[in-house]
Amino acid sequence: MEDIIISKNLSKNYNGNKAVSNLDLSIKKGEIYGLLGPNGAGKSTIILMILGLTEPSSGTINVAGFNSTREALKVKRIAGYLPEKIGFYEDMTAEQNLAYTAELNNIKYSEIPKKIEKALKIVGLVENKKQIVKQFSKGMKQRLGIADVLIKDPELVIFDEPTEGLDVKVANSILDTIIKLNKEKGITFMLSSHQLNLIQKICHRVGILSNGNLIGEGKIDELGRKLFGGGRFIIEVEISGDTKEILNKFSNLKDVIDIGKEGNVFQIICNKDLRSEISKIIANTESILTRMNIKDYALEEIYLKYFKEE
Amino acid sequence: MRSILTVYRKELTDYFSSKKFIILLGLVYVAGLSSVYVSLQNIRDATSGLDGFIFLKLFTISGDILPSFITFISLFIPIIGIIFGFDAINSERRSGNLSRVMSQPIFRDSIINGKFLAGITTLSIIIASIVFLISGIGLRSIGVPPSAEEILRIFFFIFICIFYGTFWMSLSMLFSIIMEKTATSILTSIAIWLFLVIFLPIIANAIANTVVPLENASAADQVKNYVIEHNILRSSPSTLFSESITTLLVPAGGHFLINPQSFASADLSKMLLSPLSLGQSLIQVWPQIIVIIALAIICFAVSYVIFMRQEIRAT
Repeated sequence: MEDIIISKNLSKNYNGNKAVSNLDLSIKKGEIYGLLGPNGAGKSTIILMILGLTEPSSGTINVAGFNSTREALKVKRIAGYLPEKIGFYEDMTAEQNLAYTAELNNIKYSEIPKKIEKALKIVGLVENKKQIVKQFSKGMKQRLGIADVLIKDPELVIFDEPTEGLDVKVANSILDTIIKLNKEKGITFMLSSHQLNLIQKICHRVGILSNGNLIGEGKIDELGRKLFGGGRFIIEVEISGDTKEILNKFSNLKDVIDIGKEGNVFQIICNKDLRSEISKIIANTESILTRMNIKDYALEEIYLKYFKEE
Repeated sequence: MRSILTVYRKELTDYFSSKKFIILLGLVYVAGLSSVYVSLQNIRDATSGLDGFIFLKLFTISGDILPSFITFISLFIPIIGIIFGFDAINSERRSGNLSRVMSQPIFRDSIINGKFLAGITTLSIIIASIVFLISGIGLRSIGVPPSAEEILRIFFFIFICIFYGTFWMSLSMLFSIIMEKTATSILTSIAIWLFLVIFLPIIANAIANTVVPLENASAADQVKNYVIEHNILRSSPSTLFSESITTLLVPAGGHFLINPQSFASADLSKMLLSPLSLGQSLIQVWPQIIVIIALAIICFAVSYVIFMRQEIRAT
């Protein structure tokens, strides 16, 4: 698929300190990409450079073919940005705030009410249209923020800390909205966060950032395998019955590298996902398969591992 | 272009519906109306001269208790300017609005230009409305219509007031860009204002008295003392402002503020009776007006450049 964000050799220095160094990032159209990293890893700086709100010290960054530094206006026309601490004009109603955004986006006056209605519907705030933002809860403001970026019909939405400071229920509803928009409208999302479990649920790919360097990138399961098993699969099998015969049969399987055994539990390290083969072997014996699972690496483990090695 | 207008319209709505606008407007109206009341009480005694500019006296006559309108307005314009500008950018930055608005497809200067223009508009409305209100009351009470020259002088007066207010507004806007907290930016602006209005005269006086002591001084030395003091004071825009509005609104003798030398050498009785024509008055205060406008433009330009280079982070 086509890349919507491409950065090459992107660097940013602040008073001699490298905030971002030689970053090569590519984000595909239609994916949900998570940018992870502890505070100060350079996430916000990257986002600001994508939107042309700050200039890179060296390197280039392109969004949908437009250079973010030189054609910032064109980039901002198709990219929506939800800052970490989103602010609205508190004394204005939700509708007025969105109307202001719509006008700044050069949308025809006659179309503005329709657009607002549509955007508020998606985030479920139609009934609060005439309410002033001061009375909104944090979750409502976050939802209004999503409506705010939807006004311009974006191709790409950059969301800085989408779930920061929200309770689990509200956070989940925000994430659901993101998934829905991604599926139904094909909007590419780039999320930055340090809240791993929430990001893990929805991101197609993640990039792990540390001190301005992308130290790992890919699908979450790939990342885990690369990190812990050297690119291998680890399958745990628990059976009841004769284990000796099975052990032999397992060792004869192609792609098996190592087998560990502890009581009735095998740990099979292999180059391929051998689950179907394993279950066939067991089915052909007297033994019963009581449990089998392939080891999934939670993002948290991956994350901790990366930062332990630092 | 539309984005400037959008920002302008929104900021104008904000100003008009804000509490600070209502409070300032009320304050200016109370001060203006009480000063016009006092000047109406005293206008009969003051018009014994033959200069004929009765209408302008509405703005310049002070009573025993209350100062004149021009004294009030010189005091209020800096306050209005500072209050309109001090939180222009940093409050938006703090609330997180700035980064949201900046991520819209607009040029960065649309924001500062729109805000600046909206501030000037509001300021102009406050100043012009009180001047027109006083003129209206005066017209009914004294029954003497203003001459064409008086009307022109009043318009020039309004323009100078607006530029002076613009200077203070752009100065405090500059601080709102440089400083993160609104409390710091308003305190800095007010500190500068207090320094120029209260401390600079004291310092100027002290320096003048050291250079040319006034004890047993000849008339020439007294003038010299005054000139030194005055030239130091001229580094302050508030002095330039009061010089220019006094010259404009007191056609007979107001310009002696500017040229004390001519005061010393002149035949007093004749000079006082012959007021300057409008053109002559303007020539007298032209440098002052230009400096006020230049200061306003410089402050705005510096704010503009800093704002354009600043990084927009939501913190």
